[in-house]
Amino acid sequence: MGELIEILSSLHPDVDFENCKNLVDGKILDSFDIITIISEVAETFDVTISAKYIVPENFNSAEALYALIQKLEDEE
Amino acid sequence: MNKKRMARAVCSAIFVIVTLYLLQRLLVPKYASDVVEGNLIAEYYEEEKNHDVIFIGDCEVYENFSPKVLWEKYGINSYIRGSAQQLIWQSYYLLEDTLRYEKPEVVIFNVLALKYDEPQKEAYNRMSLEGMRWSVSKVKAILASMTEDEHFLDYVFPILRYHSRWNELGEEDLEYLFRREPVSHNGYYMRVDVKPAENVPEGRILADYQFGENACGYLDKMTELCRENDIQLVLVKAPSLYPYWYEEWEEQVEAYAAEHKLLYINFLELTEETGLDFSQDTYDGGLHLNLTGAEKITDYLGKVLTEECALSDRRGEAELSRAWEEKISAYEQEIAEQKKMVEQQEISGQ
Amino acid sequence: MLFTSYEFLGFLVVLLVLYYIVPKKYQWSLLLLASYLFYFMANPCYLIYIAATTLTIYFLGCRIERLQEEQCLYLKSHRDGLGKEEKKAYKKGMQKRQRRLLLAALLFNLGILAVVKYTNFVIGNVNGLLHFLGNGKELKALDLLLPMGISFYTFQAVGYLIDVYRGTCPGEKNPFRFALFVSFFPQLVQGPISRFGELSRTLYGEHPFQWEKVSRGLQRILWGYFKKLVIADRILTGVNEIIRSPETYGGAYVLVGMLFYALELYADFTGGIDITIGTAQCLGIEVAENFNRPYFSKSIKEYWRRWHMTMGTWFTDYIFYPISACQPMLKLSRFSRKHLGEALGKRVPVYLSSFAVWLATGIWHGASWNFIVWGLGNWVVIMISQELEPLYRKFHGKFHVGNNAGFRFFQIVRTILLMSCLRTFDCYRDVPLTFRMLGSLLTAGNWNILWDGSLMTLGLSGTDYGILTAGMLVLIAVSLLQRRGSVRERIARKPYVVRFVLWYGLFLTVLLMGAYGIGYDASQFIYNQF
Repeated sequence: MGELIEILSSLHPDVDFENCKNLVDGKILDSFDIITIISEVAETFDVTISAKYIVPENFNSAEALYALIQKLEDEE
Repeated sequence: MNKKRMARAVCSAIFVIVTLYLLQRLLVPKYASDVVEGNLIAEYYEEEKNHDVIFIGDCEVYENFSPKVLWEKYGINSYIRGSAQQLIWQSYYLLEDTLRYEKPEVVIFNVLALKYDEPQKEAYNRMSLEGMRWSVSKVKAILASMTEDEHFLDYVFPILRYHSRWNELGEEDLEYLFRREPVSHNGYYMRVDVKPAENVPEGRILADYQFGENACGYLDKMTELCRENDIQLVLVKAPSLYPYWYEEWEEQVEAYAAEHKLLYINFLELTEETGLDFSQDTYDGGLHLNLTGAEKITDYLGKVLTEECALSDRRGEAELSRAWEEKISAYEQEIAEQKKMVEQQEISGQ
Repeated sequence: MLFTSYEFLGFLVVLLVLYYIVPKKYQWSLLLLASYLFYFMANPCYLIYIAATTLTIYFLGCRIERLQEEQCLYLKSHRDGLGKEEKKAYKKGMQKRQRRLLLAALLFNLGILAVVKYTNFVIGNVNGLLHFLGNGKELKALDLLLPMGISFYTFQAVGYLIDVYRGTCPGEKNPFRFALFVSFFPQLVQGPISRFGELSRTLYGEHPFQWEKVSRGLQRILWGYFKKLVIADRILTGVNEIIRSPETYGGAYVLVGMLFYALELYADFTGGIDITIGTAQCLGIEVAENFNRPYFSKSIKEYWRRWHMTMGTWFTDYIFYPISACQPMLKLSRFSRKHLGEALGKRVPVYLSSFAVWLATGIWHGASWNFIVWGLGNWVVIMISQELEPLYRKFHGKFHVGNNAGFRFFQIVRTILLMSCLRTFDCYRDVPLTFRMLGSLLTAGNWNILWDGSLMTLGLSGTDYGILTAGMLVLIAVSLLQRRGSVRERIARKPYVVRFVLWYGLFLTVLLMGAYGIGYDASQFIYNQF
């Protein structure tokens, strides 16, 4: 989780990613950010978030994103 | 609560309909001081309808024949249902429309319109059709006349057509919101000024001199309609020098008249008999006749009608005579007014 | 049948009456009938195309879903019997079969779109190449029928299939219901591009007559007509005058043309969408919004999140994400980071994917180089501003202008101007001409035309300018009000008389000031010769 927060914070240093729950709906993350996150996640966690998982629910909070990563890790 | 809403809805609907109606009246052109031709067709409905002769056709009837002369000299009660560039199907449906009100002895149709086989110009359609009262004939006339860009709905709700006139409204539009003033004398559009005919151009050579199928079809229908109603159809060609009347056209009309045993009078060939003088009797260089010209050829026409169509002299009818007396005084008054205007123009022009 | 034709209004009235008369469970069937009639009236041949797309996507969607179910069942029944590797292999095999079906559908449907829309573009380019190579031969352009709205319904159908493939939306079992999704007439001509998951929520429901809903729909339609007829179609005269004779109208006229076009396009497109959404609303159906006050955007990137939104999200979801999240792209990202450094390498996937998106967006808009250059122009501007982002941040921090109203206004104007500049590419005949015209903006130096009365020669009269200015002010005022929620809802809470005056006033405005029909020109009625 710590690593993930680090990735996110490097994109938007001014956002409180631990508590923010509307990263996508609140227009904090845009599509460019999401792509950067995906490639960072691929690098750090060795997990590929394919397009079907790119929906607001999975990116609205760091928590949700972390849950997604774990789920994908399990599957692989 | 529901009742209140209902009442509100009804009131609103009435308000909308009334305001839209008023707006429409306001926006429709009044044709009162210029382009009065737009009023010709509607004026007919105000008339006492017991005419012996009805003219149908384009400007070659309503500028060249004067019903006043037919009455004064021959006791013939006539009316001209003419309009600008009246196409033959419009003439036909106007005749149908007229027959809803009266049955004349004679119908006179000017043959120039045979040259047009398809709808021509929206503005003229408007002037010929808008004045007609609603009837099946009007619907058919509209459908037969619409150019490509036109829409039937624009005739039903003229506000759709004239919606953008709001920035050219004038006093006239208010003044004639609900009433009209007569602009013609039994359909005759009077002009007293003179502009001699000079250098009338020859007709251009045409690719095809045959009248179109559509136009001929309506001529047949017209002949048939007159026959059914026991009306004598008379074809005329007014003496206008232009638009050019081709020999080939003349032959076709002559053949048609002979075949259907119709009386056909070509005034172009009767200059001597009528005494027409194109240095005096036209106001626009030979396109249309002025008052003196119109009176000359109407006189001749009256003679022919009396001889060939056995029309009786109705000057003895008291009521009709009284009506005509009024008409004649209006006629003379307009002559006086127009002459005064012409004089003024001449003075200011020199 | 154009939205601005009497026929459309007649069609709508008849449909609405029938829609609320028939038994509720047949409402959607009636819509399907109406939609096919709508399409049939445009051109009977179109039906073949839309039917082909509907059928292929429908059947392949069913097939893909069946494979997914099969996979689910198999895995469930063999939960204990299979090892992890076996499961993985099985899944992979199934996945492959599904992907093959998806690809077949994409190939077929995008193939149709490509053939009817782009064949002549390709032929033109090949001819240009042949000519360049000195070859005397030439290919003949084909006379292909371009079905109305094919770009929209193809995208909509394809989006559905991808959703089914991804498992994010259930497939539709009833082919007729699916056919309605593809052909729903209000959005057939110009979108929005709806998602099945969203539209299906209200499309097939039973809708009792509710005056509230119908009147809201009618209000929205009226507002659409106001934008289209009073503003867009009026200013169109000026736009056409300027772009059709570039020789006459260079320099400052190009700027005038750009701004006119910005207004025309906005009023026309959003007005059309208002009519679409309003029509759907009258039928009790919710169609996705397509615009969110785009001209208030502070950057091009933001503009594209607010303009033609359903297209933007379509490209993001179905092109941008798949490309940037695919294995090769991630590998490339790893590689570029290693060799180009962390900062630059990280951005390679974003650049490449957005390049693909903008290329596709350009091509989708029209079969010509103009649109391709336009699309890539957008890409370049967005990338540059992306790169300059840190610089901006520093600047904003230093001068504290971030929340300054004047600065925000500057950003908005800048965005509008930039977008207008880019849009010139879809105005002028070809790309070199567009560059020349943009160049003349700097060199011609004829700025005096802006105030010396030359603008009156563009086919627009003083009255036209008056109406346009007033109309634009109304648009801006309404947009400002909209920021605090639906204007229609707020009007609905006002007393009856106020509502009546507002809506009837708007109706009269459209009726009297709309640029429709054969315009009245007194001179036509001047009697001559006959």
